[in-house]
Amino acid sequence: MGDYKRMPKGAWSKRTSFREAVYLWEILRGLSITIKHLLRNVIRTSDMPTMQYPEEKREYSQRFRGRHRLMKRDDGSPRCVACMMCSTVCPADCIEIEAAEHPDPKIEKYPESFQIDLLRCVYCGLCEEACPCDAIRMDTGIYEIAADNRDKFIVDKDFLLNNDTDGTR
Amino acid sequence: MIPVLLEALVKTVFMLLVILLLLIPMIWAERKGAAFIQDRTGPNRAQILGIRLAGLVHPIADVLKLLFKEDIRPERAHKVLYTLAPLIVMAVALATFAVIPFGDYLEIAGRQIPLVVADLNVGILYVLAIASLGTYGVVLAGWSSNNKFTFLGGVRSTAQMISYEISMGLALMGILLVFSSFRMTEIVAGQGELLWGFLPRWGVIVQPLGFVLFITAVFAETNRNPFDLPEGESEIVAGFHLEYSSMKFALFFMAEYAHMIIGAMLISCLYFGGYNIPWLPRSVLEANASFLLPLIIVFTAIIFGWIAMLFFRRAQRERNKFGDARDREPGLMGSSFAFLACLVLLSLLLKPWNMNATAVSIFATIVQVLAFLVKVVFFSWFFIWVRWTLPRFRYDQLMALGWKIMLPLGLANLVVTAIVVALVS
Repeated sequence: MGDYKRMPKGAWSKRTSFREAVYLWEILRGLSITIKHLLRNVIRTSDMPTMQYPEEKREYSQRFRGRHRLMKRDDGSPRCVACMMCSTVCPADCIEIEAAEHPDPKIEKYPESFQIDLLRCVYCGLCEEACPCDAIRMDTGIYEIAADNRDKFIVDKDFLLNNDTDGTR
Repeated sequence: MIPVLLEALVKTVFMLLVILLLLIPMIWAERKGAAFIQDRTGPNRAQILGIRLAGLVHPIADVLKLLFKEDIRPERAHKVLYTLAPLIVMAVALATFAVIPFGDYLEIAGRQIPLVVADLNVGILYVLAIASLGTYGVVLAGWSSNNKFTFLGGVRSTAQMISYEISMGLALMGILLVFSSFRMTEIVAGQGELLWGFLPRWGVIVQPLGFVLFITAVFAETNRNPFDLPEGESEIVAGFHLEYSSMKFALFFMAEYAHMIIGAMLISCLYFGGYNIPWLPRSVLEANASFLLPLIIVFTAIIFGWIAMLFFRRAQRERNKFGDARDREPGLMGSSFAFLACLVLLSLLLKPWNMNATAVSIFATIVQVLAFLVKVVFFSWFFIWVRWTLPRFRYDQLMALGWKIMLPLGLANLVVTAIVVALVS
């Protein structure tokens, strides 16, 4: 009891004017507002903010973090040296790398397997920043990630290597 | 005897067709209108060979879906009443139109056919009696579903009906006093006259307060938005039709729109002159038919041609917008409208400026029926327009409005009308 005293001041003390109390005038005002919107949209349908999604797509910023990709060397092998920096920094723990010895003595290791669980990934971009040799990037701009099976969201090295789409370098 | 029955049958079929054919564009207008009012695009995906008609194909898809859906009956629902309730709602919605005059008369082969299915001498009482029966369907649906939310919806509907039936009746009493008849045809015919020589004697002009009370009560009776408490989806899920699915739900859905159309017909008959066109009574229409009909034909052709031109321009602008069958739509629509325009223009070959007496009479009748339909379509749209403008009343606000404001106002309106009518006559 007594809680109503703590209500904000205007809530009880606001007096409705006669025009508001009659209500009809206010109804007419509301009707005119809605019909204005309707007519504007009928006359200039193409100016509506709605996007017809599968046909039209919104342009995202260059810095938008989409699905990951692995970069290649000139000879087509992965740039990754399996240093585990990305999987260590990953807050969602979604990157799993198995390292193996590289035949070239100048390069110590290469990833035997490189898996990303896209369902666990939080798209924070820390892996990109941690990578010492710019091997992993999130600049594909792909955000339509759908599959009918959880296993299909765990993508492997081959997939990530061939993941660059148009508009990426 | 048989020609009378045949006439009644043809008129009944005409009215049923008007209502059932209006239902589809009404549902479309509800969705598309709501979308445009809220700055959305609304339904535009369903297509037949690329023809989308701005979403008019969607109702077909909806009906197909509802027809093939599973018809679920709750285990402990009352079997008979549960099935009967949607039938009652729909039957009542379709029964009211019997006394609504949709035109003056049609003269064929020397016979004057009044354009009303049943010209009852207690027409308005019939409307009131049948309209309140619709609540039975809602209440029975709410009770027989054996669900607390549907039950609440039914109870709300009862209370609402009791409160607003009174103001509806009181508002109608004013009309009865002014036109001194219970007969719908006489009320509508009385509105064809002029008041003081220049104002149409429409119900809305002689009974402005009565009109506001009546339209509010009609909104409450049809369970439309400011008063759609029996549905109240934010409070009691979906109200009385919560447990219904499949075609039974569709019946409730269609009955709501049928009620709206009937409400629009009542409003236009009682307060907006029905089939009367202001300052253009039937005699003037008939006298100038040879001039009016060609004018209407040319005007219609110009409108159709203009629409066709808009479509063609759009076809040019959006040539490869989608990259599938939908790209053909503006061109197809444009050519069909151009075809219609040519067809309308071709009717000038029949020499409409040179008609005999029968044709003139039929022309006047058709123009009047069209005037009535225009009014009905406008008020049907008005129901939708109001729904997407106003928020729902709270239950106590609804009761306060009904008993504390509308009832006294209705009584005052009745007293003032009675005094004025007594003084004038």
